[in-house]
Amino acid sequence: MILQTRRILQMVFCLLLVCAVQPAKVLANESLETIVSGIERANFRDKAQRVEQLAALDDERVLPLLKAFLGGDLYVRKSDKILFFLEGSKAEDPITNLFTGASATVENKRLYKKVSVNNAVRKKLRAVIAELQLRSPDYDIRAVAVREMMKASDPLNRPQLLAAMERETDSGIREDLEIAIALIDAQDATDSDRQIAAITRLSGVLYPEVRVVLAGLLEGTTAETIRRGTVEAAARDAMAEIDDLIALNKVVENVYFGISLGSVLLLAAVGLAITFGVMGVINMAHGEMIMLGAYTTFVIQQAFPELIDVSIFIAIPSAFLVSGLVGIAIERGVIRHLYGRPLETLLATFGISLVLQQAVRSIFSPLNQSVSTPSWMSGSLEINGVLSLTYSRLYIIIFSLLVLLALTLLLKKTLFGLQMRAVTQNRRMANSMGIRTGWVDALTFGLGSGIAGIAGVALSQLTNVGPNLGQSYIIDSFLVVVFGGVGNLMGTFLGAMSLGIFNKFLEPFAGAVLAKIAVLVFIILFIQKYPRGMFALKGRSAED
Amino acid sequence: MKARKFGMGLGAAALMMSLSTGSALASDTIKVGVLHSLSGTMAISETTLKDTVLMLVEEQNKKGGLLGKKLEAVVVDPASNWPLFAEKARELIEKEKVDVVFGCWTSVSRKSVLPVFEELNSLLFYPVQYEGEESSKNVFYTGAAPNQQAIPAVDYLMNEVGVKRWVLAGTDYVYPRTTNKILEAYLKDKGVAADDIMINYTPFGHSDWQSIVSDIKKFGSAGKKTAVVSTINGDANVPFYKELGNQGISAEDIPVVAFSVGEEELSGLDTGPLVGHLAAWNYFMSVDADVNTDFIDSWKAFIKDDKRVTNDPMEAHYIGFNMWAAAVEKAGTTDVDAVSEAIIGVAVPNLTGGYATMMPNHHITKPVLIGEIQDDGQFETVWQTTGTVMGDAWSDFLPDSKDITADWTAPLSCGNYNVKTGKCSGQNY
Repeated sequence: MILQTRRILQMVFCLLLVCAVQPAKVLANESLETIVSGIERANFRDKAQRVEQLAALDDERVLPLLKAFLGGDLYVRKSDKILFFLEGSKAEDPITNLFTGASATVENKRLYKKVSVNNAVRKKLRAVIAELQLRSPDYDIRAVAVREMMKASDPLNRPQLLAAMERETDSGIREDLEIAIALIDAQDATDSDRQIAAITRLSGVLYPEVRVVLAGLLEGTTAETIRRGTVEAAARDAMAEIDDLIALNKVVENVYFGISLGSVLLLAAVGLAITFGVMGVINMAHGEMIMLGAYTTFVIQQAFPELIDVSIFIAIPSAFLVSGLVGIAIERGVIRHLYGRPLETLLATFGISLVLQQAVRSIFSPLNQSVSTPSWMSGSLEINGVLSLTYSRLYIIIFSLLVLLALTLLLKKTLFGLQMRAVTQNRRMANSMGIRTGWVDALTFGLGSGIAGIAGVALSQLTNVGPNLGQSYIIDSFLVVVFGGVGNLMGTFLGAMSLGIFNKFLEPFAGAVLAKIAVLVFIILFIQKYPRGMFALKGRSAED
Repeated sequence: MKARKFGMGLGAAALMMSLSTGSALASDTIKVGVLHSLSGTMAISETTLKDTVLMLVEEQNKKGGLLGKKLEAVVVDPASNWPLFAEKARELIEKEKVDVVFGCWTSVSRKSVLPVFEELNSLLFYPVQYEGEESSKNVFYTGAAPNQQAIPAVDYLMNEVGVKRWVLAGTDYVYPRTTNKILEAYLKDKGVAADDIMINYTPFGHSDWQSIVSDIKKFGSAGKKTAVVSTINGDANVPFYKELGNQGISAEDIPVVAFSVGEEELSGLDTGPLVGHLAAWNYFMSVDADVNTDFIDSWKAFIKDDKRVTNDPMEAHYIGFNMWAAAVEKAGTTDVDAVSEAIIGVAVPNLTGGYATMMPNHHITKPVLIGEIQDDGQFETVWQTTGTVMGDAWSDFLPDSKDITADWTAPLSCGNYNVKTGKCSGQNY
């Protein structure tokens, strides 16, 4: 009796399954060729449907086809409507016939038309590709596939996810699979026990999709639930826990943002800490030294297009040299004659900054130049669902600290550093001791400018490389140096970091515009009280 | 590269010399003023427009000029300095005696020259999208008004993408502030709750977008489809998009529709992470029309660089220049009043395969296109209006301006006519 009911149940279940699979089966009779024919003329809704049909096919050409489609590398030859994959993005790159697999080079790109995709089609493609890749032996591909499935959260995928769960050996991916299944179950109102269990499972999970689903349950946008009250209570609990965790992560994130802004300020200001802080030259062309460093990166990338990933390492010494030499030229040519006349120095260097800007405009163009980010610098380090540290910022934090360390060592431990400090403290005495003060001045100015150039390399990864790059950093640099205490590297470091963090904690409450104003007001007040900044030089060197 | 630029510099110098010798024969030429910044912050955008006008003048001269006279371009450099715009405008009109001026970018520069053009009664064609709320007797607005760019873009997101939550992000100045005010009123009109709208302003050239992007991410995880409507200006876009890419926000999750990002801005950018983000314009370089292909070919030939792109404000100058030329032919003179009267109703081809007509409110008809950014730095049109949209000088969604209309034809002849009170406001614009 029991056996019979079980059998009947099994049959019912099978029937249900067949029903569910049925539409896919019918389409499976179609071949890849019929599905893709005319795809270039189809509207986006139709294209999304065809993608679904393609996914149901058992054809090894499907995955590469879908991937090419997603990447925008699917082309159709205008003359005979045959589909091709483009490999690489340049015109000379080979193109592969989808049907025969034969490769050819493109003689004239105008003969081909790209098969267009929009966001909706792209989303569909991503979900479908993820489905196909759930079985991939590669850990990374599988992990991405599961994340995509989580985003799609399609009830039809449930059996596949369960099957994947059986197979999966890696605990991290298993957990993600569990969450993906729980996400589907949490929205399924037909089985309220399972739904509540799923919601409980989701509590404390920080993926953004989870919060979206829970918020949906609370808003009642998903279908009516049977045991509304209990489900809602469970969802509210889970949500409260997630929100607590998010709030905590937000604080960590703000600190990171602050340190990251601080490190950018530090990089921009540390060169100025030498020219202005140590030598006392008000160098308004400091921003343009940064700009020259950024343009050096651009030129290096243009010169060695195949070396993008290591271009930064070539750019750092080159930028140091370029900006450093320009700095020495400025010092020898102009500033040398103006020592002890701060107003004239200010005006002269401001003029130089305009000259350099216009020179870059005439040589390159007034347009911004595109500097590519090396692959190892893009993306982010995901700590959890809401906290991810972007790699570019992370490297820049490390880099700025290295620069600061190297500079400190140079000043404190080398002969040049000793001479430099001697000259800035007592020029006449140093001169009498046989130090060529003129050359030390030039080299010091070159060092400060060179470091600004290095900052430019780092900034080219974060912002525009254009003629105006320097202007946006000059004010901030001066603020940092003055705030930290003129002539003190440690002060510059702490000044940059505290301004960065202060700014980032204000921003969420006050908005970017007000935060900036608040920081300025704060500095004005601070300077009133402590005119020499946070770390005023003491002793003999403090005398002016 | 350097050599080419030097070549161009020499060419420009030669051009300038030919211009100065040409001015001796002023009576047989028609002078066209070009008021675009060639140095300073705005040079990035405006240099291209100066070249566009020079190209259009050259082409018109190849066709035999206008009214049997040759055209002569007079180029000045207001150096991205707003008060200097007014001075240079006065120089063009009073000293050089130009018959028409093509120029300005940003509303500040336009507001700065406006009194000059009204005082000296000369013509200005303004080619950039702007916030509206203005209609001057002496200015023709060939860029988009908010109802030709912002409103259709929001409609697209609402109806086709199903967006329910909105981030209005902009640079802190008059165009984003007014546009966002209009959009906010429009969204609320459509039943969007105040909680579902987040408004954010940033300073010019803002480069540290970490917290704002993170806020947008958080705002977008509330269970409703979210989109960003961006009026972020100029340089600040690059770090904004870079940060979006780095924090893993793709266009499929939270699309960004921008009103100031065109082909030229994208050419200075690694577009890989931006694929799928949107822009609303009235023209894309990728539009498949014969007239567009011709325009692109002649542009590349003129600028002698195969990599240069075309963009929306260039199309606006193309339309504006041809409208002015047609109006001069129609009026048979370059007299300012005769031309402004003749130009209303003039229709010329635009670059998307249709026609643009000058309306009595000094705005033109334009199609609205929504495009998605592709990895080659071009836009793929994903949606467009069925016909053209007439530019509305005074927004219907702002309480102060909904009763105001502009009509420069007789008998009204007023840029600021209040329908309710039946009065033309004292000011001219």
